[in-house]
Amino acid sequence: MAWSGEVEPRLLLSDFLRSEVGLTGTHVGCEHGVCGACTVQLDGEPVRACLMFAVQIDGHEVTTVEGLAETPPGEAISVEGLHPIQQALHEAHGLQCGFCTPGILMTAEAFLRENPAPSREEIREAVSGHLCRCTGYHNIVEGVALAAERLAGDGAGADEGDEP
Amino acid sequence: MSRAGGTWVGARVPRNEDARLLTGRAQFVEDVEPPGTLHVAFVRSDLPAGRLRRLDVERARSHPGVHAVFTAGDLGPLLHPGAMLVPPPPLEGLVFHARTALPLVRHRIRHQGEALAMIVADSRYVAEDAAQLVEADIEPLDPVVDLGRALDESTPRVHEDLPSNLAAHVRQTKGDYAAARARADLVLERRFSYDRGIGGAIENRAVVAEWDARADRLEVWDTTQAPIPVRNVVAAALGLSESQVRFIAPFVGGGFGPKIMFYAEEILVPWASIRLGRPVKWVEDRYENFFATTQERGQLHRAEIAVTREGRILGVRDIFIHDSGAYDPYGLTIPINTQCTLLGPYHVPSYESEFRVAFTNKPIVTPVRGAGRQHGVFIMERLLDLAARGLGLDPVEIRRRNVIGPEEFPYNHEIMYQDFAPLRYDSGSYEESLEEAVRLVGHETFPRERERARADGRAVGVGVVNYVEGTGIGPYEGARITVEPSGTVRLATGVGTQGQGHFTAFAQIVADAVGVAPSDVRVVTGDTSDFHWGTGTFASRGAVVAGNAIHAAALSVREKILRHAAEALEVDPEDLELVNGAARVRGAPDLSVDLGALAVRANPLRGAVEPGTEPGLEATSYFGPPYGTTANGTHALVVAVDPETAMVEILRYIVVHDCGTVINPTIVEGQIHGGVAAGIGNAFYEELVFDEFGGTSNASFMDYLLPTSTDVPPIETAHLETPSTLNPLGTKGVGEGGAIPVAAAFAQAVEDALADIAPGLEVLDIPLSPGRLFDLLRTRRESRESHAESAGGPS
Repeated sequence: MAWSGEVEPRLLLSDFLRSEVGLTGTHVGCEHGVCGACTVQLDGEPVRACLMFAVQIDGHEVTTVEGLAETPPGEAISVEGLHPIQQALHEAHGLQCGFCTPGILMTAEAFLRENPAPSREEIREAVSGHLCRCTGYHNIVEGVALAAERLAGDGAGADEGDEP
Repeated sequence: MSRAGGTWVGARVPRNEDARLLTGRAQFVEDVEPPGTLHVAFVRSDLPAGRLRRLDVERARSHPGVHAVFTAGDLGPLLHPGAMLVPPPPLEGLVFHARTALPLVRHRIRHQGEALAMIVADSRYVAEDAAQLVEADIEPLDPVVDLGRALDESTPRVHEDLPSNLAAHVRQTKGDYAAARARADLVLERRFSYDRGIGGAIENRAVVAEWDARADRLEVWDTTQAPIPVRNVVAAALGLSESQVRFIAPFVGGGFGPKIMFYAEEILVPWASIRLGRPVKWVEDRYENFFATTQERGQLHRAEIAVTREGRILGVRDIFIHDSGAYDPYGLTIPINTQCTLLGPYHVPSYESEFRVAFTNKPIVTPVRGAGRQHGVFIMERLLDLAARGLGLDPVEIRRRNVIGPEEFPYNHEIMYQDFAPLRYDSGSYEESLEEAVRLVGHETFPRERERARADGRAVGVGVVNYVEGTGIGPYEGARITVEPSGTVRLATGVGTQGQGHFTAFAQIVADAVGVAPSDVRVVTGDTSDFHWGTGTFASRGAVVAGNAIHAAALSVREKILRHAAEALEVDPEDLELVNGAARVRGAPDLSVDLGALAVRANPLRGAVEPGTEPGLEATSYFGPPYGTTANGTHALVVAVDPETAMVEILRYIVVHDCGTVINPTIVEGQIHGGVAAGIGNAFYEELVFDEFGGTSNASFMDYLLPTSTDVPPIETAHLETPSTLNPLGTKGVGEGGAIPVAAAFAQAVEDALADIAPGLEVLDIPLSPGRLFDLLRTRRESRESHAESAGGPS
């Protein structure tokens, strides 16, 4: 969707998305760029929405977690209709409280576009800018690996074996 | 989805709650913003100890966009100390001084971050602008920072009306330790410390309140682990009936303990909404979270173990100081957990344990995942390691010689636990768990591996430690289950959920009883309008206490379904089975009736409900255990230590655990993974650093290091299932077990890795940061070198 209007110059992108646009899927955990919960994509690249001002996105495209899969309002959300990364995190139990999950999804989606067949170690590196206190990361890594496999579709996904 | 030939309990059912969380549609408290909402910022003290001489809020009050600024003087009857949440158990000789905080500081500041004023404005931005305009004249006082000196006579007092900083004194004993010590072959004494850390939920706290004057009702969304008790406290404080106040804890972004506490903001925000006639919202920021949210862990121990030359424990003595921070609203839960959990899965014929709780000018301490249990495990496991070393025994062997055997349950440790009941173990698999971990980590062949690594210039070591976890304590939880005319089964329970998978695990219990799929069970947790009896999510008790209440309610509903179906189908209830959302006649599946149709039949619009029966297919049940059920397990890990940089890499991490009946192995593994990660943080990365003035010098995620995906290794898990004898499902808790023994295992493995390089090095302090290990290594080396010099030099 296109949004036009005026905002205060000091309004953070994270606050803008949540309170002005009403996209509350982007979560705020630290507001100093460490936890990664507020990660969105700016023209396809992951950025921390708490480290940008809303005015900086003028003329750019921002993708939030709500944009990963079509979920028409009024319809029940089912896992079947979701993006392969969302489905894979569900199957691998890669989320618990789910608060950090939207940010991880936005990083993982961009990462798999760039590196469609990553090793477990590369996945760990890729999500290391996100803090998760629930999962111990184990199943997040498994979920992203599963997503890579699914997206590759030909079995040429994540290379197994470097982790039990 | 259907499951043939088995039950849902025990199955790896994918979670019901995920779709909403994965799409950003799950409602967290911060997402709630009714039209016309005003926003709150608190003015907090930067100083940890001081006298508030004057607070000038006039400039803030007149700042454009500010609706109100409240100080202590504005609170009227609300200005009294907060609730004493957990009173101390009735122990002989107990000393306990209850001190809780005022909602806003009136005169005395006792920790950094205490709130001085509350600003309500059009936006959070404006509220924070106005906060800058508040002028506080504070006379600084000498802060009590050093726990080791908190109880000294010369130390200033945190609470001026008390004779010292002593908050509590407890002594519990069993057997005759002095006699045990006298006949021991080896007695070892050490001092240990276990420092403070944060809970670290990625979601900070938040409260949104909306007073509806026409409906005469207050609605509050709150990131709490205990919506019902908090609702009750708030209703009482505001002079409202409990039925006028609805608390909702929707999706909560991680709990880990601190969100069980009752906080002043939970009363101030609703109060402000009533006063201003507008919805009011406060969201804690990360900086505030480091002071305004509770923390855990500071303890200093002096502990002693007495053993025979065969390595049998004759007795343990442990004297410790526990840091309560500025107040003690959560009573003695943490130090009693430490005191009791220290005994672990071992025979300890005599035990002398004494602790003092000290007030300090630091943020308040209440349970964080593990809640003092990790300290007890650390002390005991370290003492065993040191004794093994002293006797020339293998660390595994000394544990083998002391664990409680499978035929010895129920086992009574004779002292009192945090639930006010004697410390008894209902069941467990201590030997089996130890042997399984030993097997999985390859302990027997590890010496060869260690040699090989050493030949490659790498220092690797192994650690194997045991733990028990008292879980699933009372008093009770409840559940109401209803079959709706659509055939959907509705479950409401009072415990809140913070990621534990309740929407799935609870649904599995219901699904087995009434013959539906877990995805057909709609679970509501943490909404007092749906269920208003219960205590909350803490002490690894959800699957035990709520789980068994749900089980009981589900069986009652099952009875009702069978009775109505038998009437409808004109058969004997004995001949019916519940499958795929219908009751059908065994052997004649065409003779069936849907649950939805039975729900309509049970709630007729005409006719009468027979005397002695109730309408609907609905039942409410409660469950309260006689005492907590004890889970157990063994952790084993392999580490590589770089002796130059003191960095530790975890090469393998193995968890063998026993939480009784496993409802959902995938969810249980997730709990363990997260627990271990938190334990690794505790052991190696996380430390709150207080400067000499009592200020926290690392209050940000830049400086306080939570472990990341590159710090936490893959975790291998093995499940043992020894059912609890204290509840029908046989479940035990697992929420904290993963976190509890990590530091002990880590310390043993690091010492093992450095056995040649720095023989005699002892890890007695947690967190063992790279810096601390580096210092230990250097000191050890220096003492060796000087020793070598003096030995080799001229005489």
